[in-house]
Amino acid sequence: MSQASEFNPRILGFLCNWCCYAAADAAGVSRYQYPPNLRTIRVMCTGRLDPVFVMKGLIEGADGIFTGG
Amino acid sequence: MLALEGKPGNFTAKVKVRPRYIDPDKCTACGLCTQYCPRHLVDGYNEGLALTRPIHIDYPQAVPASYYIDPEACLYLTENTCKICVPVCRSRAIDFTQVEKIEELQVGAVVVAPGFGRVPDSTLAKYGYGQHPDVVTSLEFERLLNPSGPYQGQVLTMSDRRHPKRLAFIQCVGSRDLGCDNGYCSSVCCMYAIKEAMVAKEHDPELDITIYYMDMRTQGKDFDAAQKRAESQFGIKFVRAKVADVMPWGKKGLKLTYSTLDGGHHFEPFDMVVLSVGLDSPKDAQAIAQTLDIELNKYDFCDTSAFAPLNTSREGIFVAGAFQGPKDIPESVTQSSAAAGIASALLKQQRGAGYVIKSYPEERDIKDEEVRIGVFTCHCGINIGGVVNVPSVDQYAGGMENVVYHSESLYSCSQDAQEVIKQKIKEHKLNRVVIAACSPRTHEPLFQETLKDAGLNRSLFEMVNIRDQCSWVHAQEPEAATRKAMDLIRMGVAKARGIKPLTEQTVPVTAKAVVIGGGVAGMTAALTLAEQGFHTTIVEKEAALGGNLLAIKKTILGVDTEKTLKAMIEQVKKAKLITVCTQAELLDVSGFVGNFSSVIRLANGQENTIDHGVIILATGGKEHTPKTVLGKELPDSEAIITQRELETRLNAKGKKLPDSVVMVQCAGSRGDDLNYCSKVCCNHAVKNALTLKEKNPQAQVIVLYRDLRTYGYAEEKYREAREQGVIFIPYNLDAKPELDQKGKAKAVAVRFFDPILGEEVTVNPDLVVLSVGIVPQGSEVLSKLLKVPITADKFFLEAHVKLRPVEMPVDGVYVCGLAHSPKPLDETVVQAQAAAAKAAMPLVKGMVKVDPIVSHVDKEACIGCGLCVSLCPYKAIQMLTSEDKKKRAETIVASCKACGICASHCPTFAISMGGFTNEQIFSQIEAFGKSIEDKL
Repeated sequence: MSQASEFNPRILGFLCNWCCYAAADAAGVSRYQYPPNLRTIRVMCTGRLDPVFVMKGLIEGADGIFTGG
Repeated sequence: MLALEGKPGNFTAKVKVRPRYIDPDKCTACGLCTQYCPRHLVDGYNEGLALTRPIHIDYPQAVPASYYIDPEACLYLTENTCKICVPVCRSRAIDFTQVEKIEELQVGAVVVAPGFGRVPDSTLAKYGYGQHPDVVTSLEFERLLNPSGPYQGQVLTMSDRRHPKRLAFIQCVGSRDLGCDNGYCSSVCCMYAIKEAMVAKEHDPELDITIYYMDMRTQGKDFDAAQKRAESQFGIKFVRAKVADVMPWGKKGLKLTYSTLDGGHHFEPFDMVVLSVGLDSPKDAQAIAQTLDIELNKYDFCDTSAFAPLNTSREGIFVAGAFQGPKDIPESVTQSSAAAGIASALLKQQRGAGYVIKSYPEERDIKDEEVRIGVFTCHCGINIGGVVNVPSVDQYAGGMENVVYHSESLYSCSQDAQEVIKQKIKEHKLNRVVIAACSPRTHEPLFQETLKDAGLNRSLFEMVNIRDQCSWVHAQEPEAATRKAMDLIRMGVAKARGIKPLTEQTVPVTAKAVVIGGGVAGMTAALTLAEQGFHTTIVEKEAALGGNLLAIKKTILGVDTEKTLKAMIEQVKKAKLITVCTQAELLDVSGFVGNFSSVIRLANGQENTIDHGVIILATGGKEHTPKTVLGKELPDSEAIITQRELETRLNAKGKKLPDSVVMVQCAGSRGDDLNYCSKVCCNHAVKNALTLKEKNPQAQVIVLYRDLRTYGYAEEKYREAREQGVIFIPYNLDAKPELDQKGKAKAVAVRFFDPILGEEVTVNPDLVVLSVGIVPQGSEVLSKLLKVPITADKFFLEAHVKLRPVEMPVDGVYVCGLAHSPKPLDETVVQAQAAAAKAAMPLVKGMVKVDPIVSHVDKEACIGCGLCVSLCPYKAIQMLTSEDKKKRAETIVASCKACGICASHCPTFAISMGGFTNEQIFSQIEAFGKSIEDKL
């Protein structure tokens, strides 16, 4: 468990269906372990990513936005 | 394959199927069995560098994604004990009752694709392989670099697991080597060595890497650029040398001894040496040939000819991949498409036979229904349930707005679970279904099918990935993984609330093709399509068919091209399904895959409009006319000609042949004028040199080259040319040969540095022959017309170099021949066959199905700015003038790839994506925000 004083960022990710989302699946298949701070939204291409989505994510409280495409 | 009897169109193949001892239909590839299996086994997939278990899968992406048991190692199958895997497997997939089966298959054609074999260890032993653990093959090194390899992608020495500081690659191990009877060049090793070296540098930038080579054969499309990058960006050193041996050095190291062109001997210390092993013929090539009754060449690869590179000596049997001759991935993929196309042409009478069309209940209209969501959370055996607390996730899902039903299931993808889902949809009048399980990339179609079976539109579905992207990657943090699963489900449910039913559209196809270009590529494509039963119009700008091959008499390997080309032209002219338009030009193209409409100007000036479903670009290339050669302007002299002009002179009767010739390679290509290697010039030079030597044995021929790229079997001809006395002298860019006019206007003096003599030499040949390279033709105009991309060198850029090598990013447009990149005859033919095979696919289907996730323009909100049209990479949006005379954008659904670039850039939010609307994504983000309160 993390301590209250420790920075535990909440990250919102936008993942391209064809590359990064697939890579995230492959990471699972290979059982790579990474910190559980990321929540993802699948899009069909990061071209879909309207800058508004990034702003909205930050407004909603994300500490960081991750895009993978 | 045990035996093959019968004739083309009607073969009986006797096949032995070995048991897997696992039912692939039941296996979910969870991997639990491997964890419990008590016995170790050397992992063959990892080149013996790692351990696995007798019950295993070779690699995570294996097809089928099912485990299997090695009968030689399994304790039950060898000792009749253990069987621990049977109760461990939750999906009861293990089946020890399976036995070897002999099956008889009725088939119309056979494609042979057994790949390549290994260079014998005795050849590798010359470089210390087998004696020193830190001498490894490139295949072993490839596994070392791989994240799923023995050291998780760390480059470590085999002897003591330390990070090597100095690394050497030795090229041509088992290739270009008569010592192991491999007189050919394996064509791929230079490029893979560069790749492995660059990847190793990415892992460890401090690594000092040297590649020892004879000729850097990076002749493929954009390969030279990769080598340049390796040198300038990664600091990888290239040394032209012959390696004598590799010996132990001190306690841990290796000493590599090599000789350079000037006769000098040198040695260097290394921590690790990688042998770039060549591609040998498959170990069982002889047995395959005997079973199938096909001929092999002298190296035990499949014997084929330049005009029909995939036809084996037995009709109805085709070959693809490295068994046809060493080749890389893009070419293997191209060959496989081509082979599949030729085979399917043979079977065209049977097309569609045996199809059963599935019927679905009528789709429920949910327009007036309130949102009723069902959430199904999957345990996936223990794959999810072992980490994520599924019961509490399920309870959490039940508390969300609009969720009227929720349940857990052990395997939600199992057949019985599908029945439950269907039943619950009806029972609870569900109109949105959320499945929290594995990845939509693998399982979305399965669940969407279930929705359709239950009378729901398949779009009313959302999948939440709590296995691949949650339980599997947070195995040690069950509480955090459970919270993440809850968050993801909340976001999924939020998105699901906004799902609207989307209709699947189908667009009919005009089953005709247009081929631009009437050279060998264009004609081959048209003939291949005609064999498939489709009509093709060839648009050729010249007055006659034939293209570049008209100027050539034979290939370097001695294939008479003149006769075959003539026969091919006749065949095209006679073909009922081919219309030839010469002196014709494509003026305009509109439409999209399946429904193109092209305006063609004919020889008489008349403009014809043709409707067609696909278009193949075979516009070819031409001999380059260099502005500068070797960095200087050319002297004005009749004694300077091109290789093609020399070939014409050599073939002309009664002409006096020159007594001395200097050939200059890369006189235009590779940086002087063109930025790429033209791939065919080295072969052309060797061919002409041999012809001259044959006709005038006294002639002195000097070839000045940078890297002699006679890859594949052409290597034999290079050797033959040297045996015939042709002198090959390498030059580098620091000391380029110089051409000077000499007194009389006709004569030219060539001054160059001879590295063997170590001094500058001047010769006064009768002729200086330039290898000028190839440039594409007309690609710029067509690129604008069709909105397809071209490279910086103006060749058409395929959709994906490896996966879609003959398709353009715009659907229904294909490319082959020199228009794609410079290449020799056999590769052109295969590429044309592959393009035709791919082009035939929409024509055979008769319609184009559109995934409903495409973009949609709201006509009211569109201001007609046209930004989307200019941004769309697929030519999938057009501007239409509507009744009020205002311009509005409209999506061409058949061309749309659902990338959403249009939607994200539209200044008035007029464009929306099916299943990924702004509202849906906003709701997902808002649902993400809600989790802040939960505190992580």
